[in-house]
Amino acid sequence: MRARYAITLTIGILSCIVVAFVMDETRTVSVLSFSLRYAVPLILAAMVGIICERSGIINIGIEGQMLMSAFAGFFGAAITGNLILGTMLGVGTGMIMGAFLATGAVAWKMDQIIAGTIINILATGLTSFFYSQGYVLPAITPTLRIPGLADIPLIGPVLFDNGLFTYAAILTALVLWVLLFKTIWGLRTRAVGEMPGSADTSGVNVQRMRFINVTLAGGLAGLAGAYLSIEAASNFDRGMTAGRGFTALAIMIFGAWNPIGALGAALFFGLANGLASQLQADEVIDIPQQFISMLPYVLTIVLLAIVSGRVKPPAAVGKPYEKE
Amino acid sequence: MPSYGSQTPILEARGITKRFPGVIANQDVSLSISPGQIVGLLGENGAGKSTLVKMIYGLYEPDEGEIYIKGSPVKLSGPRDAIRRGIGMVHQHFQLVPVFTVAENIILGDEPHRSIFINMKKATQEVARLSEQFGLEVDVNAKVEDLPVGAKQRVEILKALYRHADLLIMDEPTAVLTPQETDELLQVMRGFADNGVAVIFITHKLREVLAVADTIEVLRGGKVVGTTTPGETDQAGLAQMMVGRSVLLTVDKAPATPGDVVLDVQGLSAATDLGLPAVRDVNLQVRAGEIVGIAGVEGNGQRELVEALTGLRHCTADRMTVAGKNTLGQSPHAIHAMGVGHVPEDREKDGLVGPYSIADNMVLNRFDEPPFSSKGVRSRSAVNTLATDLVQEYDVRTPSISTTAESLSGGNKQKVVIARELSANPELLIASQPTRGVDVGSIEFIHSRIVDARDRGAAVLLVSAELDEVLGLADRVVVMYDGRLVAEMASADVDRSSIGRLMAGGDIQQ
Amino acid sequence: MSVTDPAQTDLGFSDPNPARAGRWSRAQAIAVPLVSVLLAFAIGGVLIWLQGVNPLYAYWVLFQNALGSSEGLLRVMEKSTPLILTGLAVTVGLRTGLFNIGAQGQLLVGAIGAAWAGYNFQLPALVHIPFAIVFGMLCGAAWASIAGALRAYRSVSEVITTIMLNAVAIALVDYLASRPLKEEGQPITRTPLIAETAALPDIGIVPVGFLIALMVAIFFGWFLTRTTQGFRFNTVGMNPSAANYAGIGVRKTIFLAMAVSGALAGMGGAVETLGITGRFEPTFNAGLGFDGITIALLARANPIATIPAALLVGTLRSGAATLQFETGIEPEVVDVILALTLLFVAAPIVSRLLFRKRAQKQTSVSSGWGGA
Repeated sequence: MRARYAITLTIGILSCIVVAFVMDETRTVSVLSFSLRYAVPLILAAMVGIICERSGIINIGIEGQMLMSAFAGFFGAAITGNLILGTMLGVGTGMIMGAFLATGAVAWKMDQIIAGTIINILATGLTSFFYSQGYVLPAITPTLRIPGLADIPLIGPVLFDNGLFTYAAILTALVLWVLLFKTIWGLRTRAVGEMPGSADTSGVNVQRMRFINVTLAGGLAGLAGAYLSIEAASNFDRGMTAGRGFTALAIMIFGAWNPIGALGAALFFGLANGLASQLQADEVIDIPQQFISMLPYVLTIVLLAIVSGRVKPPAAVGKPYEKE
Repeated sequence: MPSYGSQTPILEARGITKRFPGVIANQDVSLSISPGQIVGLLGENGAGKSTLVKMIYGLYEPDEGEIYIKGSPVKLSGPRDAIRRGIGMVHQHFQLVPVFTVAENIILGDEPHRSIFINMKKATQEVARLSEQFGLEVDVNAKVEDLPVGAKQRVEILKALYRHADLLIMDEPTAVLTPQETDELLQVMRGFADNGVAVIFITHKLREVLAVADTIEVLRGGKVVGTTTPGETDQAGLAQMMVGRSVLLTVDKAPATPGDVVLDVQGLSAATDLGLPAVRDVNLQVRAGEIVGIAGVEGNGQRELVEALTGLRHCTADRMTVAGKNTLGQSPHAIHAMGVGHVPEDREKDGLVGPYSIADNMVLNRFDEPPFSSKGVRSRSAVNTLATDLVQEYDVRTPSISTTAESLSGGNKQKVVIARELSANPELLIASQPTRGVDVGSIEFIHSRIVDARDRGAAVLLVSAELDEVLGLADRVVVMYDGRLVAEMASADVDRSSIGRLMAGGDIQQ
Repeated sequence: MSVTDPAQTDLGFSDPNPARAGRWSRAQAIAVPLVSVLLAFAIGGVLIWLQGVNPLYAYWVLFQNALGSSEGLLRVMEKSTPLILTGLAVTVGLRTGLFNIGAQGQLLVGAIGAAWAGYNFQLPALVHIPFAIVFGMLCGAAWASIAGALRAYRSVSEVITTIMLNAVAIALVDYLASRPLKEEGQPITRTPLIAETAALPDIGIVPVGFLIALMVAIFFGWFLTRTTQGFRFNTVGMNPSAANYAGIGVRKTIFLAMAVSGALAGMGGAVETLGITGRFEPTFNAGLGFDGITIALLARANPIATIPAALLVGTLRSGAATLQFETGIEPEVVDVILALTLLFVAAPIVSRLLFRKRAQKQTSVSSGWGGA
């Protein structure tokens, strides 16, 4: 039932894209590329949310994880002069914060929303406190242009000529889908998020699974943050995550906690933003700048209002697991 | 009957004692089970059956005594350890993941695989094989949440068998089954014996244990008060051992003198949370001074019916009145104000606010009425006075009325709820599973209070999954099956096997 | 797991040390926040030391500046006023089981609303001031009600929506102050000055806004414990099913609680405009929303306790500028210290350390995460 809506919507959008392409090739490609790049951190962050919530843990600290990782990634790369090292630092930072959330939620059985909020506040404070001007990245992120495929009209330049992070994001979504629904890890993770008691008596170590999943998911948040500062902006600005971590949660819900669904939702979101920006730049519509900047947030709220109540989260999400 | 003396017992417990703060749950319990033997573990609520079994399953550790599995002494570190040693548990409240399929549930934790990928084909084959071997029919690819209760239980059993259980602990398995399904289950249990799987069958239903057990152990007060076989005893004998009195838990009551109709319901229909029909076109009348008991296996719409009557669930009806006043479409608050008391099925979730004091819980549904408040401001003294009086009158064991409700025992929590509802002098009392999880002493107390209310002129609607409770308390008995009330009779006229058939959807006639 | 009760002889209660509702928690309510604050200061001190400054000196500057003179005290009270109110906003939400992270947005909306009410009308002061404050409160309430309605009637978690609404509010008030409500003749983005009659009077020793905030805090302390509506809020927060059974309209209560919460935050903005700034400028009051959360959790959702908590935060914030001036330490160090305080208060580390097994059940808001 829901799948039918999604398919109809996707076909509708794809048709519009083809029409637009025929009408104006360069602009369409540019909008689509912009949209994809916009969606990259959202895709990664939504995967973080999916892994955590499928394991039963609410993670609203993704925003803070991304911010800290953007910081660590950028300054790491600038100071060491090595992009890869910087990225790894970003990923590592994300994992450390993930471990903190995991400790709070699993070991201390804290309220998970408060734990996530603490991460966000700490990230804001620490990144502002240690921020310094005058650092530069040693290089630009290499792009990878896949020969042959990149020559296909429309799809080619959009999908096959991108920075490495972009490929990583899409691959992550696909790989996660396979892992979640076809492997032992996936079955046990889902069990832990739906009915931990059952998983426990079946021999699954609930606490350990949750802890490891949340920590590793933090790595993905780290990747998202590193993307923002290293590939997207080539800079670090205070508060540069601009609410993406929360939008990612809405995308996770809209995608029904399914990696492919979230990928689609994130792309949709990116498209909406890309379109609005392009229309604004072309002065097709004259709306005050502030309303354009509001768009992602309003869209998030609208998405949530439509979808809530129609999709079910993992049944045990948010409840600390107590062994009998 | 095979002789057991020659084989090594699958399980042996010697001198098991377990203490909790303030109570000795098991004292010096010894038990021996051979392969293929069915042991019935009998006892009232609170006799220590579940504690004993939890120790066998590794959930608790005994304070004294030893447990031997297949001849070797063990110290179980948890259920996983017990499972590895061949002990399986079929829980009363199923431990199945609703959104998973039958196969996924069964293989969870021990999945057939090729590297990291699950081999679903092999899984389904294995489950089908077990299903056939033990006569447990299931649709392997169905989602558990779509299955009826009996099928879910079969999945639970298969889960244990998949892990090569030599001993199956079945905790009150027939509580959720109709009499017909129960008979089927008892057949299956005998099949286990043929396959060499032993069973510990926990129940408080005498008929069943006499029908299927090889040995019966009766627990009372944490001790084994009797070991016997079906050949050596009967229901009365078992009851005597269980309760220590010569008579079953019957209620002392005078015949009813019903007055005017208080609850008048015609054509009531209601749906479950998911929109499926739960209550279908029900007609029901309860008069002042009488107790009407609704018998039936849980899950036939009783919960939704009670919620509809108390305003907690949307419903449609041709007529729904209490003492002439319309209750259809009214809020729970309004219905309560019309003189309807409700003892809810789930006291922790609906009936009490755990962190609140007993005093606050005593006025939970009256907090904004005089004298407990006036003009929006609450009156502490009025609340405390009421609470003090009720705690004394209903013998609620607590150091003070400021104690939080969640620190009380089950029986005392229920007494608080009963006290609250009865003290409002309702014209209609709706009591749903009023003695679930309550110790024996409190059960008698609660039953007598319900009868008191009836004798003072209240109309009482009792809903209970315990057939004995309904038969003991009610003046008139109604059977609910699949959302409909299928029969009505005076309790004195009830014949157990007919009721059983009705509860399963059959007719009174053959 | 079978449901049968293991108790065989009924001693009456399953726990031999049954908790008395409310009374036990008093010791924890004071000790835990106190120790958390000290720990946070200790760690903050390390960060300061890493920057080459003596932490004790830094803290002395911080507090001396704030508390060592009457202007300093005045500034602390001024800074603390909106903090008390946003702290109360989050507190009222927490009691009802809601996590209102949107206090910042609601405050901004209330501030610009009060500014408009202040400059757009000419009324006698006795009427103008209450009118402007109430208008600010209504704006805040309306803003919060968007999230409140979504939560109450569509089960959308208020956590995400309030954060989103914060961002929308920032953009919205920026737009309003730069176009429709903009002061003419000036290139600066801000609203005109409010009328004299709308400004809060100056009584010298204590800012009027601060007095208002104190009175509101005391009122809510009474409201939540002694009134029927307060009982409704608390019950919905503790156990919505039982609240439903008790006849309390759960959805209505949730909506109302969010509206009240927003009104309080809006009042914070209104009082700031009418009492301090005299107009609305979009750069003001960054980050007050998060402080409200820290204050509410420090105060353990007790309205009266938000006063000392807000004063602490107000002192820190008020002294931060001088700290930077005197020692070069970034004012964001206060953010870090407060974040650490929140960490220690909310995570059971401190409570376990001090009280071992009797650590009280922590505040929990995750129950509202019904899929959104």
